[in-house]
Formats: sequence, C-alpha cells, structure tokens
Amino acid sequence: MIRVVLPQHLRILARVNGEVELDVTGSVTIDSALDLLETRYPMLRGTIRDHVTKCRRPFIRFFACERDLSHVAMDTPLPEAVVTGTEPLLIVGAMAGG
Amino acid sequence: MSGVRLLVGTKKGAFILTSDGKRKQWTVDGPHFGGWELYHLKGSPADPNRIYASQSSSWFGQVIQRSDDGGKTWNPPGTKPEDLMGADGMPKGESNMFVYDASAETGQPLTTHQHYDGSQRPWEFKRVWHLEPSLTDPDTVYAGVEDAAIFKSTDGGKTWLELAGLRGAKGPLWQPGAGGMCLHTILLNCGQPDRMFVAISAAGAFRSDDAGRTWKPVNKGLVSKYELPDPDAEVGHCVHCITMHPARPNVLFMQKHWNVLRSDDGGASWREISGNLPSDFGFPIAVHAHEPNTVYVVPIKSDSEHYPPEGKLRVYRSKVGGNEWEALTKGLPQQNCYVNILRDAMVVDQLDPCGIYFGTTGGQVYGSADGGDSWTPIVRDLPAVLSVEMQTLL
Repeated sequence: MIRVVLPQHLRILARVNGEVELDVTGSVTIDSALDLLETRYPMLRGTIRDHVTKCRRPFIRFFACERDLSHVAMDTPLPEAVVTGTEPLLIVGAMAGG
Repeated sequence: MSGVRLLVGTKKGAFILTSDGKRKQWTVDGPHFGGWELYHLKGSPADPNRIYASQSSSWFGQVIQRSDDGGKTWNPPGTKPEDLMGADGMPKGESNMFVYDASAETGQPLTTHQHYDGSQRPWEFKRVWHLEPSLTDPDTVYAGVEDAAIFKSTDGGKTWLELAGLRGAKGPLWQPGAGGMCLHTILLNCGQPDRMFVAISAAGAFRSDDAGRTWKPVNKGLVSKYELPDPDAEVGHCVHCITMHPARPNVLFMQKHWNVLRSDDGGASWREISGNLPSDFGFPIAVHAHEPNTVYVVPIKSDSEHYPPEGKLRVYRSKVGGNEWEALTKGLPQQNCYVNILRDAMVVDQLDPCGIYFGTTGGQVYGSADGGDSWTPIVRDLPAVLSVEMQTLL
C-alpha cells in the first residue's frame, strides 16, 4: 500500500479527504502509481499528466522523502519508504502555477 | 412564474445568479469550483437543467463539468458511479481529452500555425473557451478551444471528436490574438441545422453548411489595416465576437478588434456599422431578444487600453442595425471606471421587456430589465468576470 497526497483542488475534484491509499504490488514507479490513481479516480485523468503523452503537466511536481522527483524518469522505482507506506508520495501544484 | 438564471464564469470560480421575472431581487450562489478559471458555462436550450461548464487552471489543465439539476450539483461527465459501471466495466475519464484529429479518414494533418511574430508553432491544446449546447439535443454540445479548433460531443460531454475540417480552412495562416489562438464563438440556428458559424482570434469568421464537416472563411469586407500585411486578407483577422437574432439568421453582427460590422448575406460580405461610436474597439456584441435590429456593444478605448473611453462605462445601443448609436449610462459609473468587458460576458434574456446583462474584469455584474435604458449592479465584488450566459426559465 502506498500513500498519495493530492493538492487541495484535486482532492475536491476527486472528492477525497486526506491521503489516498493505493494497493500496489511489485515495482512501484510514478507511472504505475498514477495509473492506479487514475483508474480509481478517472476525473483526475489529464490533470496531473497529459492524456496522450503521459508527460507530467508543467506546473505539477512530485516530492517524496524530502526529495524532488519531478524530473526523474517516470518509470524509476519509487523510494522504498514510499513503497512500504512509511512516507507518502506528494503530488504538488508548483508555487507559481496559478 | 418565469425567472432567469445567470451563469457567471470568473477567474476564480463560477457563480449562479437567479431572479424571478421582475429581475429586481437576485440570489447569488457560489463560488462553484473555487480557485479555478471558469472560461464559460452554458445551459442546454433543450433542457434547462443541463448545464455545461469549462473549468481550467494552469496547474491542472482542462476539466469539463456538467450539471443535470440546474447547477445544484456537478460532475465531470463519465465519472459518476453509474458511468463507471458501464458495459466495458472500465472508467474512461475522457471528458477533458481534446485530441486533434489527424487521422486519414476524418482528420486534417496537424500542421503548424503562425505565432505572434509570424514564425510557425505546432498546434497544442490549451483550454476550452466556449461551450455551445445543441439547440435540440441536451447530449450534443460543441466546444471551441485554444489552439483554435471545434470539438463535438454527442454523449453529454463524456467524449469529444474534433470537426477537423475547420483547420483545413487555411489553418497555417491563423495566429493568436492577445488572449491566445482561441475559438470563442459558435453560432447555431434551428431553421438551418446544417449551418454553423464560428469565430477565431486571430483567424476570422468561418461558416459550415454541412454540419461542421467542411468550412470556409467568411471575412470579405473585413479590413485590418495595422494588424495584417494584407489588410483585407481572407483569414487572419482578429474577430472578437459575432452574434445573430434567431429569427434572422442571415444577418450577423460582428465586433472586430477594431470596427463593428454587419453582414446581410450569411457572412458572404460585411460592411462597417461603427458610425458615431466613441471607439469601435471592443469585445462583446449582443442582439435584443425581440427586436432583431437592436444591437448592443461596449466601446473600449483601444487595443492596449482595455477600458472605457474617458473612464465612463457606457453600453451603446443601435435600434436601426448599426451606424446610429446611443449611449446607455443610467446606473453605470460615469467616472473613474477602468474595467473591461470580455467577449463572452454580455447576454440578453428572452423576457419582455428584454433584459441585458454584462460582467466586468472588476468583478461587477450589471443588469438591465428594460432593454438597457437603466442598469443596476446585481453583484459588485466577484473575481474578474470571464463570461456571462443567461437561461430564461419560463
């Protein structure tokens, strides 16, 4: 199980409170986490990454374990602490996106 | 008892203003989708409970919202629990998926278009500027988008297909206006269901006579002396808004970047009707609900000074289809007013006497229940108003 923290506007859009918990098995990457997230909350499709290219939207960032993962390859395994649920994956709206 | 419902899109959410037929007392509901830009909301003429909304942000991109209960509750189409239990068992979440159609069967090659400096840039979807529900089917709706294209949904906004023939009408020569290269106006008419008009900044006006399959530019008579190397080019003009009266669909009125114009032949030719306006720059243009020759504009000082001339907020009305205009000022600020009124932010209702409404970038929504003779602020302190649409509830 991994924990995902969404920015406020996406929590409202997905109608969730607090963190989202996703059951995953095997290697966990940003891509696979987002695949699961979008399957469970289809209204989030297109809001974090592009529908077609699957590229991260320019004003979205990914943080975990006090590291900026926004620019690592989307198929890079997430840190073990995220995979075990000890630390959340933070999906963040960039400071200057509004 | 008749009533009216104003759908107001702002820079930071949507607001729904309602009143009875007297249009004296208003209730303000909102913000809906607080923090998001609501470029446009519009109700279905075939089902007033069905409202479509374009919600977007720089962070999270485009979202389409739909209400089936007159704006009380909203959902992105295709993501309600009953939608998720469809025949294929898989959620789609494609209501915000606008992909240009470059297929050999129905599409157009995805070329480039002009950038501000005349260089070429690739087509890239940015947002939905305008939603135009079908006049007869609540599940059919058109979307005008940036970079300029028109999309159609026939399943209530769950999925969208581009009417790509439009980009074939000299698309590589189109260029962005100051707000982006946006398709902002879509005109439909019950009497001619296969005929559609659209307008694009900065490409011009276009007409289809086969329900959107093919399109041709209809810009003869438009002159852009300082904006284009060829002032009367076939495409490239910065058309800000066009409108028509449904009873007279061959007569169109246009507010261009500069100049107010009129066509009496379904867009085949245009002539200037700016007449005695203090400035013929502006954004919205509207036609009276019961007087097809009565037209409204809001003059703005210039293309760089987006505020009313002399700091006086004046709606101008022509009762003779143009050239002779009268200033409507009663109830509007006549000093120190420096707001703008955007292209989708003025609308009329269908009651008698006809009501007219507009929203400003200063967050005011003004209304007139007497055809523009007198005005009152319905609400004063909203975020900057991007669009105002009206539903007349009979």
